[in-house]
Amino acid sequence: MTATVERPEHDAPSGGNVPLVELKNVGKTYGNITALKDICLRVHAGEVTGILGDNGAGKSTLIKIISGLHQQTEGDLLVDGESTKFVSPGDALGKGIATVYQNLAVVPLMPVWRNFFLGQELRKSSFPYSLDANGMRATTLTELRKMGIELPDVDAPIGSLSGGQRQCVAIARAVFFGARVLILDEPTAALGVKQSGVVLKYITAAKEAGFGVVFITHNPHHAYMVGDHFVLLNRGRQKLDCTYDEISLEHLTQEMAGGDELEALNHELGRKSA
Amino acid sequence: MTTQADLDLASHKVVHDERVKERNRMQRMLIRPEMGALIGAIAIFIIFMIVAPPFREAASLATVLYASSTIGIMACGVALLMIGGEFDLSAGVAVTFSSLAASMLAYNLHLSLWAGAGLALVLALAVGFFNGFLVMKTKIPSFLITLSSFFMLAGINLAVTKLVSGQVATQSVNDMQGWASGQWVFAHAFNVFGVQVKITVLWWLLFTAVATWVLFKTKIGNWIFAVGGDADSARAVGVPVTKVKIGLFMFVAFCAWFVGMHLLFNFNTVQSGQGIGNEFFYIIAAVVGGCLLTGGYGTAIGAAIGAFIFGMANQGIVYAGWDPDWFKFFLGAMLLFAVIANNAFRNYAAKR
Repeated sequence: MTATVERPEHDAPSGGNVPLVELKNVGKTYGNITALKDICLRVHAGEVTGILGDNGAGKSTLIKIISGLHQQTEGDLLVDGESTKFVSPGDALGKGIATVYQNLAVVPLMPVWRNFFLGQELRKSSFPYSLDANGMRATTLTELRKMGIELPDVDAPIGSLSGGQRQCVAIARAVFFGARVLILDEPTAALGVKQSGVVLKYITAAKEAGFGVVFITHNPHHAYMVGDHFVLLNRGRQKLDCTYDEISLEHLTQEMAGGDELEALNHELGRKSA
Repeated sequence: MTTQADLDLASHKVVHDERVKERNRMQRMLIRPEMGALIGAIAIFIIFMIVAPPFREAASLATVLYASSTIGIMACGVALLMIGGEFDLSAGVAVTFSSLAASMLAYNLHLSLWAGAGLALVLALAVGFFNGFLVMKTKIPSFLITLSSFFMLAGINLAVTKLVSGQVATQSVNDMQGWASGQWVFAHAFNVFGVQVKITVLWWLLFTAVATWVLFKTKIGNWIFAVGGDADSARAVGVPVTKVKIGLFMFVAFCAWFVGMHLLFNFNTVQSGQGIGNEFFYIIAAVVGGCLLTGGYGTAIGAAIGAFIFGMANQGIVYAGWDPDWFKFFLGAMLLFAVIANNAFRNYAAKR
């Protein structure tokens, strides 16, 4: 499922392999507004790349470019070392880049297994080619279990699952249908502490299974827990690009909050900065 | 992409989680969408059995089934459309439109009735396509689009009939080519243990069975639930939302054509003003049968039970010797009760 690329890379800062997805000086303008400028990013197999940024930093635009919803106006997008331009999300999917959006693209009233296979249903091999419901149920259960999600009943409407479980089903679906690169758009944004833990564990599992994960978040704590590599966006520009070893959580949080601004805020609020 | 290749489908068995007790049969039954309607149908059946002695005869049952069938065939299409998240208020007049078109085209162009029926089918499907296309293109709620087509069709029915035949009804066509075979297919009655049963009853059951199979056992059915439940999500995972919805509008149009052919071959002449208001009966049957007005939930069997309730009420009131004017009151009360009961059932189901 995960094709690890063997070709050596000339100027790779981390690892010796060609990244699954690489962005070189990518920029995007909407009319006279510059949403992104000079973004460089590498996503390696078996690594979690955390993309951090506050509201309006350009995170969504960046995902849209990688997932094929929009095209960049400058720079190069490389998949497996080859320059590519995605025309549609289908293109990106074909290259194994799957995006799990915040709304998850699930239909709440439908059972878990119908959601899991929606759009890619399995059918029986003989006339009248009806749906292989039991096959799909079994696959859904095993696929979820593989990633450590135990669902009591795959016939339950997916709307009755918790937010974390729903997120996991959406990720498991992307994995099952051949993704190599998973783009997760704020998967922990609406979740409580425990639910976030479930999703973070899942992200680690996906990474260990050899997927390249792009984890978009505005929570530095979550990013630091699972990330191997961090990219910080601020007002459409890349402010920071470093690996796990090069940065501490405090530093990351501080960078994220705008560094000096946070200290000033601490001062204003009259507490000693930690 | 890895798909079928990786699947271990050898066993075809459902893996059960040991922490979950098998939900008992009773509970599984109770949370089905059509359960409320079924209980209601049984209750109404028993009530009429008690209060209306003629209701107990087999011939009465055949009449009730016939009344149910013409509503039920349409309710089947309307229910699928409603599960797909859309409405069709033009369904009632579309029936009349089809039979008028078939009759007048065949009569005035000197064609066989089957050719007229074929042309009418093309027209009906075109109207369905028009409805679906406009709804999907403009993103205006189908309620408004089909309300407009309802009035347009009603106007066309009256005006064109008057223009062509100079009357408010079509000419008699029972001496034309294709009458006998058409009547056999759409309107003949057959004998079951000495009781005359209309063939529409069989068609009704067939429509319901096929629709049920499509809904639950095919890809298309999965897509119908998905486009009704959450069209954006469905689109994001690759479901052709526009095609599915337009297809559903065209299926309603097909059902309307079918019932229209029954009217033509059963009554020979067609009144141009009829059919107005019937769209509500179809919607009532679907909703009583457990279809959710907002889409994504419901069954074709439920719509069939809803139509059966309609048929029982329609005939039962007459058999009981009550003033038939009470029928509409009864229908309204029934709808209110069904909606409240279905809502309660659904909440109960959601908590399980």
